[in-house]
Amino acid sequence: MNPRRLSGFARKEWRQMLRDPSSIVVAFVLPAVLLFLFGFGVSLDLRDVPVAVVVERPTPESMGFFHAMAASKYLTPIAIVDRRMAEEALRMRQVQGIVVIGETFSGQILTGQAARVQLIVDGTDANSARLIEGYVQGVWNTWAAQLARERLGAGAVRDAVAIDLRARVWFNPAVNSRYFLVPGLIAIVMTLIGALLTALVVAREWERGTMEALLTTRLTRGEFLVGKIAPYFLLGMGGMAAAVTLSVTVFGVPFRGSVWLLILCSAVFMLVMLGIGLLISTVARNQFVASIAALLVTMLPAVMLSGFLFDIASMPGWVQVITHAIAARYFVAILQTLFLVGDVWAVIGPNLLALGAMAVLFLGLTVLRTRRRLE
Amino acid sequence: MTPAGAEAIPIATVVIDGIVKRFHGPAGAVVALDGVSGAMAAGVITGLAGPDGAGKTTLIRVIAGLLLPDAGHVSVMGLDPSQDGAALGAVVGYMPQRFGLYEDLTVGENLTLYADLRDVAPAVRPDRFSELLALSGLAAFTGRPAGKLSGGMKQKLGLACTLLGDPKVLLLDEPGVGVDPVSRRELWAMVEGLAGRGLAILWSTAYLDEAARCDRVLLLDGGRVLDDGPPDAFVRTLVGRSFRVAMGDGDRRRIARRAAEAPGVIDTWIQGRSLRLVTAKGAPPPTAESLGTDASPVPMAPRYEDAYIARLLEHRDGMVPAPAAPVVASVAVNGPAIETRDLSRSFGSFKAVDGVTFQVGPGEIFGLLGPNGAGKSTTFKMLCGLLPPTSGTARVAGFDMMTARADARARLGYMAQAFAQPSSLTVRQNLAFNASVYGLDRREGARRIAEAIGDFGLVAHVDTPSGQLPLGLQRRLSLACAILHRPRILFLDEPTSGVDPIARREFWRRIDVMAESGVTVLVTSHFMDEAEYCDRLGVIYRGRLIALGDPDAIKHQHADGDDATLEDAFVAMIATYDREHAA
Repeated sequence: MNPRRLSGFARKEWRQMLRDPSSIVVAFVLPAVLLFLFGFGVSLDLRDVPVAVVVERPTPESMGFFHAMAASKYLTPIAIVDRRMAEEALRMRQVQGIVVIGETFSGQILTGQAARVQLIVDGTDANSARLIEGYVQGVWNTWAAQLARERLGAGAVRDAVAIDLRARVWFNPAVNSRYFLVPGLIAIVMTLIGALLTALVVAREWERGTMEALLTTRLTRGEFLVGKIAPYFLLGMGGMAAAVTLSVTVFGVPFRGSVWLLILCSAVFMLVMLGIGLLISTVARNQFVASIAALLVTMLPAVMLSGFLFDIASMPGWVQVITHAIAARYFVAILQTLFLVGDVWAVIGPNLLALGAMAVLFLGLTVLRTRRRLE
Repeated sequence: MTPAGAEAIPIATVVIDGIVKRFHGPAGAVVALDGVSGAMAAGVITGLAGPDGAGKTTLIRVIAGLLLPDAGHVSVMGLDPSQDGAALGAVVGYMPQRFGLYEDLTVGENLTLYADLRDVAPAVRPDRFSELLALSGLAAFTGRPAGKLSGGMKQKLGLACTLLGDPKVLLLDEPGVGVDPVSRRELWAMVEGLAGRGLAILWSTAYLDEAARCDRVLLLDGGRVLDDGPPDAFVRTLVGRSFRVAMGDGDRRRIARRAAEAPGVIDTWIQGRSLRLVTAKGAPPPTAESLGTDASPVPMAPRYEDAYIARLLEHRDGMVPAPAAPVVASVAVNGPAIETRDLSRSFGSFKAVDGVTFQVGPGEIFGLLGPNGAGKSTTFKMLCGLLPPTSGTARVAGFDMMTARADARARLGYMAQAFAQPSSLTVRQNLAFNASVYGLDRREGARRIAEAIGDFGLVAHVDTPSGQLPLGLQRRLSLACAILHRPRILFLDEPTSGVDPIARREFWRRIDVMAESGVTVLVTSHFMDEAEYCDRLGVIYRGRLIALGDPDAIKHQHADGDDATLEDAFVAMIATYDREHAA
């Protein structure tokens, strides 16, 4: 490798990158927008869910349960007299659930029987439905326990609560989902910069006819590839640093791992993404095809199958197998561990090894597919 | 500079020996080069001539080591391009058709990049840069992005970047395309200077006037060598077979057609008020009687194109097909067929077209001429109703393009520069598609499609997907589609670019026949000889109409000498305009 040719070519690539507004948008503006969107807007937690409450006979007990729901930050109960009106409101999507406190509610409580409350939930979004179910159940448990303590004395609590207590371990509403989303987003940002931007850079040389001119200079294959990779590697690491800084400062996500490990893992992941991007670009030779391919091969799986949004363990078995081919999966696991837990080598080690193997594979394929001829 | 004879080739720097190159496409293997041999010598400009698709670019890429030949061998200063890729980069400078410039980098940055890539030592750079910047006239533009340069300046910068590594062999792929005549002359002077310094230069071109200026020409047709030697020798084979007949003010097209059918005549070409003709080998010289003209034919010096046509016809064993007259409704048009008055169009503060006024009468062939970016296409678009003018009026067939666009469009046919027919449809399907677009009823549509297939010689190709047709046939199909609705006015945008000379002649004969039947034709072209074929010309430069009149008048007004060409006049006109408007 001739240092002057390499630096000359890398400098040209760097200049082109900086002068192309789209690369700056993808590297810095888009990540910021995504972070704010996911950090503030999108949350897997629900708050102030409107719920219709039909109280068939107002009593101190039924009103007490109503107020307990009103006190919850997750629920906003709306008193509706008639059950049919409540159902209509659910159909109109004005409320997301109906709680029916039956005529016999107070009587059952006062006589020590199991009190019945009916819950109807809008199941359109299964995830929200389960959450609402959990919230109402939670309010009920707390209220019932308190009531039992007041009415029946401390000794009877165990019996009264035992009727309805069901542990909801699959999702704990108290945990802020932002803590999971924001570290995962960093993987998405680096996928954007690494694969989407570089998917264009070789194809662009072919489309604009400059590849032909390059091929007749003394630039070697190695110099060409390193010159292409270096500027985008720097841009990607810059984008990563910016995203991490935003996560910690603006979103208050804790960072419990070590910075050098974060840099190491990010660098390896970046190389995988650059390898995929360059491979696509080299094979496609057409910017449009390359960008669509990069979107399908890197972005979509990174969002859907990396465990960033959807839990991998709850996917069907064959989908779980597929996720092993997605580089972002390993990096998301590393990021979530580094941010929320710390330097847990048992988790980071295998994931980092998988990333390393993928980097070698894709960069190697790119080297093999880069030709010094037109065919 | 020309070697004494075809045999006395100086030390050949590049030897091309029996190159065969096939490409494998969906329609099977296509032979791009079929046993091409030739040579390039130091200090000599070797022309690589031929129409689009002749194999010029493929041959250059084989020499540059970018493609591997299927058979044959190339030697570049003793190197084999298929093996010595790295070493080849030190001796060969290759400028691809699109220059290989980075448009978002400045002139200076492009130069620095190529200096790095071509291993130019830092110590010699300042001298080398200033020398090349002076040579290309770009010294004042080093900070300008290459994308903001004119076509001619890009071409010169591309050449400068190619020259940085001090190559011994220079391969230039169609450097004269997209460059105005003035820049083309400057580029040519640059390259001649380089040849004088001992470089071996290959200049590929589809323009025969460029080929004629080379020291030696390798003429390709369909992947085979048609001629290899100095152009003078090639042209000499035609001595005694080229003639000129004055036509005066008579009906030029009728005279030309009659002469074309005279015995022994193989080619005719209208040139202003005279007619050029070429006779068959061994045919007796034509007379006024045999041609049916008033004036007698005068022998004249043959041109490269005459020899080329004659050789092509021998090679393909045929002649320029005489088209049957397509039936085109000749409806009397009162007043001018096309009329513009103070037509202007601005884009922001830039005046693309500035106060253009001209008229075209019925049955006239009117040429719109001008360098790229002069405002030609903008004028064209306003006349077709594709772009509204900022001020002024454009009337076509008596209808204002602003207020009665639909009426005007029903009367005009348009043939776009690029092949604009769906390429996956067959010839017949394309015609049917156009018939339905023009709203012809089924019976009338079927009748006209059948006529078009016969008139345009498409019988053998009706079921061929139009994308697989050769370029000349594609243009023919485009024309057939454009006149299906019997327009009175025909707009042709660069109708023959890339087409071989025989297909061009055939195309123009069809246009003649239509003009005779009263169709008005407005055409843009960058072929100067095509401009001379027109009845009248308008020359557009920097948005203004700087000349208007018949080709002979324009030629004599702006250029001196009997053998001055329209291009000389054109260059002089532009120079005058620039001088007058510089202050």
